[in-house]
Amino acid sequence: MEKVIRGKAFVFGANVDTDQIYPGRFLELTAQEDLAKHAMEGVDPDFVKEVSSGDILVASTNFGCGSSREHAVITLKAAGVGAILAESFGRIFYRNAINLGIPVIVCPGISTNVEKGNILCVDLSTGKVLNETSGVTLQATPISDYVVTILSNGGIKPLLQNQLKCSG
Amino acid sequence: MHALEKILANAAGKEAVASGETVNCKVNLAGINDLYLQTLRSFSEIGARKVCDPDKVIVFLDHFAPPSTIKQADNQKQFREFCREQGIDLLMDIDQGVCHQILADKGLSYPGEILVVTDSHTTTHGAFGAFGTGVGATDLAIILATGRLWFRVPEIIRINLEGQLSKGVFAKDVILHVIGKLGADYGVYKAIEFTGPVLKQLSISERMALCNMTTEMGAKTSYIQPDEITLEFLNSKVTRDYKIYTTDQGYKYTAEHTFDVSDLKPQVAAPHSVDNVSNISDYSGTPINQAFLGTCTGGRVEDLAVAAKILAGKKINPRTRLLVVPASKSVFLEAMEKGFVQTLVEAGATFVTPGCAACLGTHQGMLASGETCITASSRNFPGRMGHHKAEIFIGSPAAVAAAALEGEIVDPSKYLD
Repeated sequence: MEKVIRGKAFVFGANVDTDQIYPGRFLELTAQEDLAKHAMEGVDPDFVKEVSSGDILVASTNFGCGSSREHAVITLKAAGVGAILAESFGRIFYRNAINLGIPVIVCPGISTNVEKGNILCVDLSTGKVLNETSGVTLQATPISDYVVTILSNGGIKPLLQNQLKCSG
Repeated sequence: MHALEKILANAAGKEAVASGETVNCKVNLAGINDLYLQTLRSFSEIGARKVCDPDKVIVFLDHFAPPSTIKQADNQKQFREFCREQGIDLLMDIDQGVCHQILADKGLSYPGEILVVTDSHTTTHGAFGAFGTGVGATDLAIILATGRLWFRVPEIIRINLEGQLSKGVFAKDVILHVIGKLGADYGVYKAIEFTGPVLKQLSISERMALCNMTTEMGAKTSYIQPDEITLEFLNSKVTRDYKIYTTDQGYKYTAEHTFDVSDLKPQVAAPHSVDNVSNISDYSGTPINQAFLGTCTGGRVEDLAVAAKILAGKKINPRTRLLVVPASKSVFLEAMEKGFVQTLVEAGATFVTPGCAACLGTHQGMLASGETCITASSRNFPGRMGHHKAEIFIGSPAAVAAAALEGEIVDPSKYLD
């Protein structure tokens, strides 16, 4: 896991659900490169054209609410999203993101302190979030040790691979 | 401890657990839906080869039942092959219906169970005193490989329902009202327990609707303490032994809310958020293109019964289409036996194979740009059932049937004397 993530921000509102992140009509797709074409299509059809590797999503409350579709995380990861900062997250989305190794960070005040295109620098070890464009610094809520372990292994799959090997 | 905490403690092999703690629990039943082929991919990506306990796995081909594209058909084919290879006997193929209704119909949902499905509405099983929760594909793959999964023990919120429901007001109206008051993110990461005298007025079907919709408050799980209504249902369905856990006297909830439902009117959630709730009369006269009756939220026998009552001997408005999707094969058969299917078809309903159908905007009743739908399902997010410029109102099955009849949103109470 990268300790410091730096990228430009894309800003979204409250209750952005997984149907907006990844519309239901594409759920039959299974290849990552196919999923990547539809990231955020339900809320911002231009997102995939504008996003670059390492960019950061910023949202208000309950980002990723709704369906359990892991497609919503796979599509963002495949589109290159480096981290997601929000006031709060939908719980299944949160678990899915951690499992796939995308840092999802609860950061009070983030939704009112970032504009689209601002450059953000997130230090995952301290939880410090610096908006380089405005100079504002925010403090993220610490993530649990269990979640840190998963993220530092690059997601739950590498972690499980090791555990399954150990148990023979 | 709360009953839910006791369920988790038992599954984790611990004497006690407390909210906030992370526990690793044995899962009693893990369900995979056909949308999530990624589950099988993740299973293979973590290096697993053999499903830990195939008897504790159930596969549902419900979201694409029957498949509308070659890709959907291929995904389902891979699931059937996986079941064969791994010795998973509980394959619920496209004739069976929606996962949550199947689990209830077949007696696979019971008190004290840890039930994990790749579907967000797994909160439904709180109606049976189970710990039901939805997860993503990779979490489910971990259960396939190890038989266990980690959970953060949730804080528990009590929602106490007082009073007497009026004519035309259902569990769906109650839960929409609660979500409207508390907000779509009020229950995120938390469990919601329902208590109070209103529960005695609610059948299992209605309780399932109540618990199902806690997902729309972000809840991890929900709970209703099993009582004589639960036991009567379970006695007719469940053949295995189970244990009913109870909450200790003096247990301290994270929050408690009381709602008196005596004056509650039929409710509706207006576009584009489930917590955008008001009295249905506020939207009276809104023209409706499609009325949708079905899903794990509102496609049970009682839901079809109330629609049949409203539509008996009548015809739906010619500008409105009425889609009816029985939640399961068993619901379909019972509705046929009771004559509801005949009544609804004669009134102008279009029947769809039991399954998730148009609820999630993949097939079988998509909405065009500019169209308006009223649905008995659970979500009205932008683009949920088709074009993002379609508008979706959520109401009770009675509200859906009444809107189909009138061609516009209307308070259904007057049809329920």
